[in-house]
Amino acid sequence: MLPLMLGRVRKARTWDLGCLQEILKSFTERCSQCAAVSWGLTDEGKYYCTSCHNVTDRSEEVVSTAVITNTKINSISRGLRKRSKHEKGWDWYVCEGFQCILYHQAEALKTLGVGAELKNEVLHNLWKRYLQKSKQAYCKNPVRTRGRKAKVLGDNLQSSDCASELELLSDTTLESGAEFQSDPQIPKPFPLVKASPKSEAADVCSGSVDGVEYSEWKEKGVLKMTVPRTLALCYLSLLWQRETITLSDLLRFVEEDRIPYVNAFQLFPEEMKVYGRDKGIFAVESWPDYEDIYKNMIEVAIFLDLPRFPDVTEDCYLHPNILCMKYLLELNLPEMHSLTCQVVKMTGIGEVDFLTFDPIAKKKRTVKYDVQAVAVIVVVLKLLFLLDDKLEWSYSSLAEAYNEEHREDEPQFDFRKWYQVMKKTFDEKRQKWEEARAKYSWKTKRPIYRSHIDKSVMYKRREMVEHLQKQFSALVGSTPVAEKKDPSSFQFNWTEGDTGSPCFHGHSLQGLLRTKGQSLITKNSLYWLSTQKFCKSYCKHVTTYEESNFSLSYQFILSIFSFLLRIKTSILHEEVSLIEKKLFEKKYNESKKRSRPKKVRRH
Amino acid sequence: MSDFDEELTKLALAEDGKRETSVFSNPGMHFPWLQERIETVVTGGKKKRDFAQTTSACLSFIQEALLKHQWQQAAEYMHSYLQTLEDSDTYKRQNAPEVIWKLGSEILFYHPKSNVETFNNFADRMKNIGVLNYLKISLQHALYLIHHGKLEDANRNLSDAETWRYGEKSSSQEVLINLVQAYKGLLQYHTWSKKKTELSEIDKDDYAYTSETGNSGNQSCRTSTSICALLKTPGVWDPFVKSYVEMLEFCEDRDGAREILTNYAYDEKFPSNPNAHIYLYEFLKREKAPRAKLISVLKILHEIVPSHPLMLEFHTLLRKSDTEEHQKLGLSVLFEFLDFAGCTKNITAWKYLAKCLKQTLMEGHLVWVEEEWMSRRSWWPTFHFSFFWAKSDWKADADLACEKAFVVGILLGKGCRYFRYIVKQDHETLKKKIKRMKKCVKKYSIVNPGVCT
Repeated sequence: MLPLMLGRVRKARTWDLGCLQEILKSFTERCSQCAAVSWGLTDEGKYYCTSCHNVTDRSEEVVSTAVITNTKINSISRGLRKRSKHEKGWDWYVCEGFQCILYHQAEALKTLGVGAELKNEVLHNLWKRYLQKSKQAYCKNPVRTRGRKAKVLGDNLQSSDCASELELLSDTTLESGAEFQSDPQIPKPFPLVKASPKSEAADVCSGSVDGVEYSEWKEKGVLKMTVPRTLALCYLSLLWQRETITLSDLLRFVEEDRIPYVNAFQLFPEEMKVYGRDKGIFAVESWPDYEDIYKNMIEVAIFLDLPRFPDVTEDCYLHPNILCMKYLLELNLPEMHSLTCQVVKMTGIGEVDFLTFDPIAKKKRTVKYDVQAVAVIVVVLKLLFLLDDKLEWSYSSLAEAYNEEHREDEPQFDFRKWYQVMKKTFDEKRQKWEEARAKYSWKTKRPIYRSHIDKSVMYKRREMVEHLQKQFSALVGSTPVAEKKDPSSFQFNWTEGDTGSPCFHGHSLQGLLRTKGQSLITKNSLYWLSTQKFCKSYCKHVTTYEESNFSLSYQFILSIFSFLLRIKTSILHEEVSLIEKKLFEKKYNESKKRSRPKKVRRH
Repeated sequence: MSDFDEELTKLALAEDGKRETSVFSNPGMHFPWLQERIETVVTGGKKKRDFAQTTSACLSFIQEALLKHQWQQAAEYMHSYLQTLEDSDTYKRQNAPEVIWKLGSEILFYHPKSNVETFNNFADRMKNIGVLNYLKISLQHALYLIHHGKLEDANRNLSDAETWRYGEKSSSQEVLINLVQAYKGLLQYHTWSKKKTELSEIDKDDYAYTSETGNSGNQSCRTSTSICALLKTPGVWDPFVKSYVEMLEFCEDRDGAREILTNYAYDEKFPSNPNAHIYLYEFLKREKAPRAKLISVLKILHEIVPSHPLMLEFHTLLRKSDTEEHQKLGLSVLFEFLDFAGCTKNITAWKYLAKCLKQTLMEGHLVWVEEEWMSRRSWWPTFHFSFFWAKSDWKADADLACEKAFVVGILLGKGCRYFRYIVKQDHETLKKKIKRMKKCVKKYSIVNPGVCT
């Protein structure tokens, strides 16, 4: 199971509340002011009425020493008194919230077919390591507000029914021991940048115990957890496990609502109230962005000080050779795997050292496996067809003529036909995608209000929206909602006959290649570069992708390929440029010395 | 090159077209990246929330569906668009109810599955989201009910809206409250006038008649208070004014009616409104007001709408007047009336003009005619008197052609083709008339014969 602190904390609390409730139940007199029978205990052990806050003279001599000696009870009863005004719920911490989100994300990944070790071992350890590194738990002096969390952990370890969990916690990769012992010291609160006195103003509040402090917590060198970073953690663990899910797949699953992300807080148990400052922490009104999650992933990896990841070898899904094969199928292209492999080999992007993520050695960058594989395909298409809005069409005419004459043979790949099919299919797909996005419902049944004043308004508004929605859905009628397809890393299936779109997988590249000695080479001997010049070092200038500078075929290919990955075209273009740099730099430098031709001759 | 290459180029052109229409680029100069930059500046460097992006996409889908009358699809998108009521952007959230009301009421008005009940439900909900839209929605709701013949419900609705108060917010919406009251008044007028027609069928000596007239008197009093307030605010309130005046006249409150109409026509704060003058003129005519007064009212109308049918009446009024000034104006009223394409076949106007020209010239005011003709010399011949018109006028209405021929004879001389064509026609009944006309033209034509074509 995932780190079970959450479960443990809750168990402890229900037990505490149980005791408390028993004590309170025994006192059944009516309140002298409002005649209600609803009592709470004050810190001093006196009864107070929860409906009118009248404090009685009668105090409770608690028999159970186990309860009275436990400081936790005090804080809970304090919590009760303070919170009863607004929301009754558990005391919970922000990191517990994130843990809950991670838990559900890991569960979702498991249902998507990812091995159970990912959740039980990898993600669990990463999360523990995160808590440790950010000094929130599993360390000597955890930063804590009104320090309770660490204690809860300690207390629970002593209860016998947590034995199984204990096993989990005595993880060998983490230094065990000190952090689990009941800590007599009072843990430090979150070091705030400006030591603001805990404001009791009505508009500064949070459902979590430390939401306000957490949102103001700024400490150098500490990477605060955010919802996008939970995804980064998920991806790190997928990468560690070398699972067959790329980052773009992961993000697509998020967008398809298969992995909790937007409004993930609605998966919190009912008793975990989310409001006030929690909104800034947990509410997300955007889908994850590829670049953003990628950046976060590297940041998190560096922060966690992770060692080199397991090697990405040729038999791994993430290896460009395999990914290229996958994307060739997805993009309805014929067998050009040997060509992609050749490009991969020549550029050296298939090397283990290049592919394997090593946060310590290769700071600030790793391979975008999916984007890279697609970029390789773009390069291969450029090698074959030049994509200058001329050559590809004349080759198409040749292929068309050939296919007319040789109806019985294996058809030659006709770029024009492929373009027509892909354009139509992708336009439809994109249209559907846009419509689905426009219909996306961002708001949940649990509105998050910023302050208690807003609460009733927010709930009323919610109710109103639901009512109106009901009215309009009655008008929509019984159009069958397109049932959710099973999750797949493939978005297109061309081999199925019923789609009506021809499949190009079996077409040959015969008309595009010629034999030269022993080997086959491309008929087209020209190539144009996506950048005007190669930079000395890794620089950003390649990122500006001005569409109008490029041929229409190239634009089309970039646009459908990047839609497949749901990334910006400029990112793919950048990746193409990087591969071209690797492929041609030597040649380019040589030819530059001789003259300055615009087009680089290949071979 | 094959057609397929063209397809690609077409595609590119379409894309270009799209770019050119964007706000930030002038034709011939476009920066695709600029739009993005500007957007990030607007959002303070932060990426636009996908929430904002999808809801605005949703809005355009709704608009598209409405445009194509796809009510079902529109309702589907509306279902998602409702979440803008919960937008965390305060400004957008405050604007959401109005947008939703406008879209939603449109959908519910046309949707085949929608009915009055659904609409009522929706309107009642929307009224109570925020306070600013209450009156507007109530009013539109009432109009919807009126449209569906539910007058009583509409009345009840308006009564509710009338008594609605919300501190300062209601005082800022005074016009709306007045409008609500006025519509209520209009509904009262409707019942009153229905009763009136019923009464006109009953015998006057009948017992029922006297009691009913008393009732309708009361009703008009109530109506007056409802409509009166609105009529004090500048605006175009034609139906209200018309019905209100009708009721006042019925109660023999002529002074009241006159005051209302005069105010409506002459108050400078009100926008210029031809109907205001028409109502006043018609009222004064019913009252048998002196000619001078009638002329003064129509003079203003003439300035606003020189092509109004009442201008012919205006002309006869002016002809009856003795002053030279009015005589001259009478002539120019006709000329101006005929300047408009919609009036070219108005036989009365041509008849009047023929008569007026003849008389004016007989009285020796050649200058007046020349003055009017000066500015029209260049275009009237082709506009009214082309050979084509001669043929078609004669075919359609020989009388009209005759009148026109007379006018053209006077203005352009007997040599012009229109005139020659009409004169050439051999017609039994019109023979005499044409002969007379020829004589007249010879005598009065303002041009020397032979000069014109």
